[in-house]
Amino acid sequence: MEMVVVAPPASGKLEDLKRRFFATPRQAVISLLSLSVIVFLVWKLLNWAVFSAVFDASGGPDACHAASGACWSVIAARWRIIFFGLYPYEEQWRSALACVTVVAMTVLSCIPAFWTGRRIALVWGVGAAVFYVLMKGGLLGLGFVGEEMWGGLALTLFIFVTTCLVGFPLAICLALLRRSELPWISRTTGLIIDGVRSLPLISILFTFAIVLPFALPQWLQGDKLYRVILGSALFFSAYQAEIVRGGMQGVPRGQEEAAMALGLSYWHRISRILLPQAMRNALPATINQFVISFKETSLVIIVGFFEILASGNAAYGTGEWRFAYVEVYAFIAMIYFVFVFSLSRYGAFLERRMSVGER
Amino acid sequence: MFKLLRNQKVRNALLQALYVGALGALVIAGTLIARQNLAAQGITSGFDFLFKSTGWDLGFSLLPASANDPYWWYFIIGILNTLFLGSFGLALATLVGMIVGLAQTSANDLAKLLGRTYVDVFRNIPLILQVFFWYALITHLPPPRSAHEGWGMLLTSRGLYLPAPNVGGLALLAASLAVVAAIVLPIWLGRTSLLSRPLGQRFSVQLAAVAAALVCAVLFLFAGRLPDSPLLDLPSLQGLNLRGGLRIPPEFSALVVAIAIYGGSYIGEIVRGGFKAVGKGQVEAASSLGLTPWQVFTLVRLPLALRAMLPILANQYVWLMKATTMGIAVGFTDFFMITALTINHSGQTLEAIGILMAGFLAINLSLAALFNRINKAIALKGNQLRG
Repeated sequence: MEMVVVAPPASGKLEDLKRRFFATPRQAVISLLSLSVIVFLVWKLLNWAVFSAVFDASGGPDACHAASGACWSVIAARWRIIFFGLYPYEEQWRSALACVTVVAMTVLSCIPAFWTGRRIALVWGVGAAVFYVLMKGGLLGLGFVGEEMWGGLALTLFIFVTTCLVGFPLAICLALLRRSELPWISRTTGLIIDGVRSLPLISILFTFAIVLPFALPQWLQGDKLYRVILGSALFFSAYQAEIVRGGMQGVPRGQEEAAMALGLSYWHRISRILLPQAMRNALPATINQFVISFKETSLVIIVGFFEILASGNAAYGTGEWRFAYVEVYAFIAMIYFVFVFSLSRYGAFLERRMSVGER
Repeated sequence: MFKLLRNQKVRNALLQALYVGALGALVIAGTLIARQNLAAQGITSGFDFLFKSTGWDLGFSLLPASANDPYWWYFIIGILNTLFLGSFGLALATLVGMIVGLAQTSANDLAKLLGRTYVDVFRNIPLILQVFFWYALITHLPPPRSAHEGWGMLLTSRGLYLPAPNVGGLALLAASLAVVAAIVLPIWLGRTSLLSRPLGQRFSVQLAAVAAALVCAVLFLFAGRLPDSPLLDLPSLQGLNLRGGLRIPPEFSALVVAIAIYGGSYIGEIVRGGFKAVGKGQVEAASSLGLTPWQVFTLVRLPLALRAMLPILANQYVWLMKATTMGIAVGFTDFFMITALTINHSGQTLEAIGILMAGFLAINLSLAALFNRINKAIALKGNQLRG
């Protein structure tokens, strides 16, 4: 039989382009359509955000009325209120430093060298303590600033960090209780987890902020901020518990049986054998859950907290800057985007890395 | 005593009783304290308040409502509003997600880039921020006097005004049912075994069915039209305000747009995953059998991808349904906002929270049950299962 040898296509740049985007008439139409949409959007966006935008705050709101593009001078004029809320002006460096602490903490916990239970707990414990002292003061010569003065990015980060700090251990407890061999314990825990998961987060925050004080004795009520954090931690832990449980189911049964045969106690079996492997399985989903719960901190605005979204509303809401709402929301969206996108990219990277190891 | 404690069975029973008992005691103690606190404020617990009139008005309602109506009626309106907003949001989000997902799975790198960018941008911005943004955008539109006009619609800061048919409610319902029939009938006719005509040759029957259903719809509309008025009620400016037409309030449109865009980015990822799950061999087999690309898509890739995405899609729908509670941020009277208002006005805190929980549980469970049924109905059976 005669073999037909087809010559490889000429490997010029133009040929390559033609093969990728104009192989068939249909492909060509899709390519041209997508290209025109991309060019249109990029041009519009650049024109609005850069070329005809006002960056200089010295002209005030009037300079913006004259320009057709974005009015970034609102950010220049109001960035302090967006980042720090009502925090006292002279002390705002503390708020900024506290935000940097959280970022440093997050970066540290992304490094594999810190992925042991003790080290990660140390990083987050120390980080949260530094954050708290910096924000609240009353120690080391720092002036006292009550929680009701906290606001902006620092409050958002505080709620996020404390939610995770409280929610994560709670999630592990719930997951262990749910897979308990005692039927009543596992069933009751399952009921709690599924009940919390079926409710919207807003209704839980609302219950903890406004309804819970009725159901608690005076001495147990605490500050509204900490009740809301507790509610958001409960919500986080209900979802995270299912993720941890999923990770535990991925650990082969033999592992635990071998540990039992070696005579390890329950706590050793859980902390040395089961949890490390389960957490490894659950890592991508866990990071996803962190991302979701970071986005959901913005919901505390509904129960009346001055977090970054509320301080953004305040930044454009008063008098002269009323027209500049698009710029303020775009700025806050960018802040969220930077945090959330880098975390989720990191999650995707981890997933790829781990799937390589399993091959 | 200690000997008894060493018995595994006794110990287990004790542990369980302790756990359940402690949780139960916590709940009971909370309820008792709450009742005591509420009683101190002069609020009697119980569900009697449901039959009292509310004394406050609703911003948005599908059914007639006034301040004289009782609380139970308001709760029903709230659930209906939530379902209404949810179904619009879900339908649009699915549409957006389908387009974005298809763009992402396209063989074309430019289309892929567009889809990828859409998902990355809108998935990483919190939903509530998007709700605020769209709400601010709509309420900053020009006032009615200088509204944007087009195709009989008016776009103003008070909402979107659409032309509305001057038709009685019952006739409108019948007409919309006829339109639904025009979509469902040809699909059913194409599959049923009740007709003697072979499966491939039913085009004329299907066409006739569509035509008949559409004629019925038009007839219903004409039969039900209100006397002495034009068939279409166009919105128009009278003085400083707009009269006539159907007004879609800014709260509703902001929420629908935000849910459609945000949900679309998540559903886009689900759609992409679904298409990725379709085995390459299936697609290659289909095209080697001589099916056209369109046939490969509609007969092989889409049905298989749908099955792969449905369970995840169901979770996403439940999530989006819960996201309608963002209504309270912009003042849309959904189920949650009505609960919050009830607590503010009547003080019946525990009862209202109980109703809220029961309502959402019911909505979520019925959504899950619906999707389970669909899932079972379309699951691949027996020898279809081979990959």
